[in-house]
Amino acid sequence: MNLAELQHGFRSSLMDTDDAATGIFGASAATGLAVYRNNYRAQLVACLEVSYPQVRRWLGDEAFREAAISHIVSHPPHAWTLDHYGRDFSDTLIAMYPRNPDLQELAWIEWSLSEAFVAADAPKLVDDALWNVDWDVARLRLTPSLRLRPATTNADDLWLALDGDTDVPQGSMLDAPGGFVVWRKGFSSQLKRVDATDFDALAGLRDDPSFAALCEKLVERRGEEDGVRRAGELLAEWLAAGIVTGIDG
Amino acid sequence: MHMTPPTFSGFGLGLRKEHYRDFLDTDVPIDFVEVISENFMVDGGQPRDILRRVRERYPVALHGVSMSIGSSDGLDVDYLRRLRSIADDVEPLFVSDHLSWSRIAGFNSHDLLPVPYTSEALDMVCRNIDMAQNMLGRAMLFENPSSYIAFDGASMCEWEFLADMSRRTGCGLLLDVNNVYVSACNHGFDPHAFLRGIPADRVRQVHLAGHSVGPGILIDTHDQPVCDDVWSLYGTAMSLLGPVATMIERDDDIPPLAELMAEVDMARDIATLSARREVA
Repeated sequence: MNLAELQHGFRSSLMDTDDAATGIFGASAATGLAVYRNNYRAQLVACLEVSYPQVRRWLGDEAFREAAISHIVSHPPHAWTLDHYGRDFSDTLIAMYPRNPDLQELAWIEWSLSEAFVAADAPKLVDDALWNVDWDVARLRLTPSLRLRPATTNADDLWLALDGDTDVPQGSMLDAPGGFVVWRKGFSSQLKRVDATDFDALAGLRDDPSFAALCEKLVERRGEEDGVRRAGELLAEWLAAGIVTGIDG
Repeated sequence: MHMTPPTFSGFGLGLRKEHYRDFLDTDVPIDFVEVISENFMVDGGQPRDILRRVRERYPVALHGVSMSIGSSDGLDVDYLRRLRSIADDVEPLFVSDHLSWSRIAGFNSHDLLPVPYTSEALDMVCRNIDMAQNMLGRAMLFENPSSYIAFDGASMCEWEFLADMSRRTGCGLLLDVNNVYVSACNHGFDPHAFLRGIPADRVRQVHLAGHSVGPGILIDTHDQPVCDDVWSLYGTAMSLLGPVATMIERDDDIPPLAELMAEVDMARDIATLSARREVA
């Protein structure tokens, strides 16, 4: 057996639950292989537990472990860092709980908060950033930590209650869809639910970051005067929150 | 021509998040800290900031777990680029990883899996080390891992493999004394033969850690204090090696800093005694 064959066989012995794969290393290897196999699974379960503490609390330990094991079987790790391993866990949750959009959105929130925590740093906004801006051509720079998703449930309320260890409300559908916004301010990840208009306005900046396009979008929704006023309000909010981190032009 | 790993003599501790405040706010009496490289190979945010601030106060060694130097399908270039980036930022004492593999055909076990001690594996490991050292622009250290399985068909023992690997690539060695003990118990070899068999002049750093006792097997869990047998082996190692960097490595069930500092002090005392014995 050459090195490549040995390593492919070892991979199979970690991933497969039957004894056929372990047989290639002989009976004397059984105890040692069991240690490696246990390490492999325990580490991945622990990784998901660390990545999704509130999903775990929401589901309960037993159901979470069942989901984690299902995920490990269907999604073997590929990346060099374990930090990426939980990225597709929501796919497993969707497959196991297709009628629980609150759970899926809760998982998205939890993962996005983790991603935002280690996203690239944004340069600090300089004090005179708003001076001498030509607003007709101005382009807004968004923080690299920004994560957006349409919201259909009160998953943000669930996450906040679970994280704060307060009374957890029932999961429920929103009266009107909106959006979740996750980003990092300083070293702290932030979560906010916004209405559909504000969400579309922020999401639109990813395709066209110009302030003019933002105004146009809001004018379409709210009329000339109110739309332009709202664009100014949102820009001020996003600058203060650290969602917009610079203005070019 | 091979690059030469730097030398450094002192006593350090693995930096873990439970002790960040201690290291940032107080003067912990140690000579260096070692960090798990991958924990800081992120784009930004608090982890990189903490590493920058710790580096302002202490020399830092970068210790990796994901290079997979024994992979038969080569190294991950993206990983090496990220490691180079953090190494250029930190200007570390050492950059180290393990003589092990974790990745094959896109699958990553995230465990330190054993390499067979064959000529074919040695050639592959040496090619990978050459590539890693060239991309990083510095000589690395490689650690002997704990192992729980020995493969049929080995053509050399672990210390012969390490010695040839170091001679051919110029890399240094990170001697994990607990891993020597664990593997010796699991595979039935003499740990002193291991210590005598590695080239002492290539060892730049020593790890000390604890292990767990499983049914018929020792497991390298890093969740216990260093045991008496490993302290004894450390004394022997230090009399053979002379002054090198030593650190206490605890990754789980992290105790208060004072408990780990007591182990650092113990290492200092044993190293001092070993040096006196060597002189006498």
